[in-house]
Amino acid sequence: MSKYVIKRVLLMIPTVIGAGILVFLMMRLLPGDICLIRVAGDGMGVSEAALSRCRAEFGLDKPLWAQFFDFAWGYATFDFGKSMWTTNPITHEIGLRFQLSLQIAIMATVTAVLIALPLGVLSAIRQNTWVDYVVRTFAIAGIAIPSFWLGIMIILGMLILTQMWFGMPWMFPIEYRPIWEDPVHNISQTIWPALATGYRYSAVITRMTRSAMLEVLREDYIRTARAKGLLEKVIRTRHALKNAMLPVVTLIGIEFAFLIGGLVVTEQVFNLNGLGQLFVHAVNAHDYTLVQALVMLVVGVFVVTNLVVDLVYAWFDPRIHYS
Amino acid sequence: MAVTTGAFVTDEIFERPPLKSRLWTIVRTQPLGIAGAFIVLVMVLAAIFAPWIAPYDPELNDFGAMLVPPDASHLLGTDEFGRDIFSRLVWGARTAMLVGFSCALLGSTIGLLIGVASAYFGGKFDILLQRVIDIFIAFPAIILALAIVTVLGTGTENVIIAITIPLIPNCARVVRSSALAIREIPYVDAARALGFGHARIVLRHMSPNVMAPYLIMMTTFLGQAILAEASLSFLGLGVQEPIPAWGLMLQGGAQEYAESAPWVPIFPGVAISLAVFGFNLFGDALRDLLDPKLRQQ
Repeated sequence: MSKYVIKRVLLMIPTVIGAGILVFLMMRLLPGDICLIRVAGDGMGVSEAALSRCRAEFGLDKPLWAQFFDFAWGYATFDFGKSMWTTNPITHEIGLRFQLSLQIAIMATVTAVLIALPLGVLSAIRQNTWVDYVVRTFAIAGIAIPSFWLGIMIILGMLILTQMWFGMPWMFPIEYRPIWEDPVHNISQTIWPALATGYRYSAVITRMTRSAMLEVLREDYIRTARAKGLLEKVIRTRHALKNAMLPVVTLIGIEFAFLIGGLVVTEQVFNLNGLGQLFVHAVNAHDYTLVQALVMLVVGVFVVTNLVVDLVYAWFDPRIHYS
Repeated sequence: MAVTTGAFVTDEIFERPPLKSRLWTIVRTQPLGIAGAFIVLVMVLAAIFAPWIAPYDPELNDFGAMLVPPDASHLLGTDEFGRDIFSRLVWGARTAMLVGFSCALLGSTIGLLIGVASAYFGGKFDILLQRVIDIFIAFPAIILALAIVTVLGTGTENVIIAITIPLIPNCARVVRSSALAIREIPYVDAARALGFGHARIVLRHMSPNVMAPYLIMMTTFLGQAILAEASLSFLGLGVQEPIPAWGLMLQGGAQEYAESAPWVPIFPGVAISLAVFGFNLFGDALRDLLDPKLRQQ
């Protein structure tokens, strides 16, 4: 087992390095650079001297390979550098936003799993009945409705309903406070984006649960279990659901990793300063170091989540021996 | 769950029922798929015949009729520039279908070729390609698309490229796993023995046999591409004004005036949802029909 984990961790390295090269080159492909934006932003004429001074400050005057080496060496020694735009340390820029994105991702995951598993199983057991059709419609609608539009509708509905009931429109707080400082304030703000994205998330998982269950329910060992007179309830939970969980767990992992960095549009609708918004600002400002840090963070979350998913497999399926 | 007898199964395999009864079976077992096909058809027709269906010019500002609620002259009301929302939705269907079909077709076809080639050649080529695919899959699609749009600039063609690139590795991976099984079937070796070239074997012998996953990926991509285009346009990084696009219609004024003019943000969202809903229903039914494991017994 430990040998497998080591091998699995080593296999993550090429992916991470490859992603590093990709984002590094992509940022250098952007027309214009951070120094042009910074110097021109001061409102005075762009002087060559100011430009080269700025480029020297960020090491942009070095050849590409040297810049990449600095970037790679920094990450290898856990020195992520400072943002080229704000000149604050990267860890400071990302810290609070990562906390917000992580919290919403966790809340959305919990919502999604609680809704999706029972619905998916129910839909599979009652295949091609009206229960199945209702669940499938609910699930396909969840994938079709854009989360950001659902967010707009939640805000709109809240304004109109509170206007109707209380005579004045009410909106949830917009200013972010960490959960341990003011839990009520925090939850009343983050619950809405978590629900808006959680619906889509639960739809994806419901579909996967349904099709995995359908496949497992056709297996011979299910027929054997029925033949030996086991209770249908036991067959469904102990025999079918547990085996159907493998692809579902994979999907939960992928979706969770996606939520950490991929909520660009929903964050915009809810005015949340999460990682997605930070990414858009960083790309627009040509903030090379910040974009690189964000991409590496998201890719890191992705590979680690995949590792965890692979290890969870062993728990669900004892046939898998990692040797 | 119906118990199937052996005789029934052989009947189904060897005596193919006539076309009419097969179609009837599809209608009966896949009512949602038929509904999806109908929505898709309506969307495609709206896209093709937009100039004849739309009652107004979608780009025409009418400052005498700003934020008019839905009524007889403006079926779904007007936006903050007095543009007719129904007309913009119909023309927006053209943008959505153009982007959706281009991205789905390009993404799944390039993915098909990469996936089949990867499985066929195997060895170091396969390993290297799989690593590259891993890297691309590790990026959230929307982040990759945003980065590509920033490099290339906005506009419809660039949006198509930006949405297509993240789709390719997904299709390549799925197709590869099907193609690996095909690779082991003797007819591939037979084709080699007959002296056919690599290109011919990949294109003529292996690709037609992975059509099921290819078609399933393509229909999934259609919905995803339409959603991605709406997201990019909403962020102002996709299709640009004054071209009518659904995501664009949700931006700016739509949120600002939402409370007093809720029809402005509601209808474009309904259009996006309906289009993706239709394509997904259709794709689901297709998967159920093509995948023998899920086929109704």
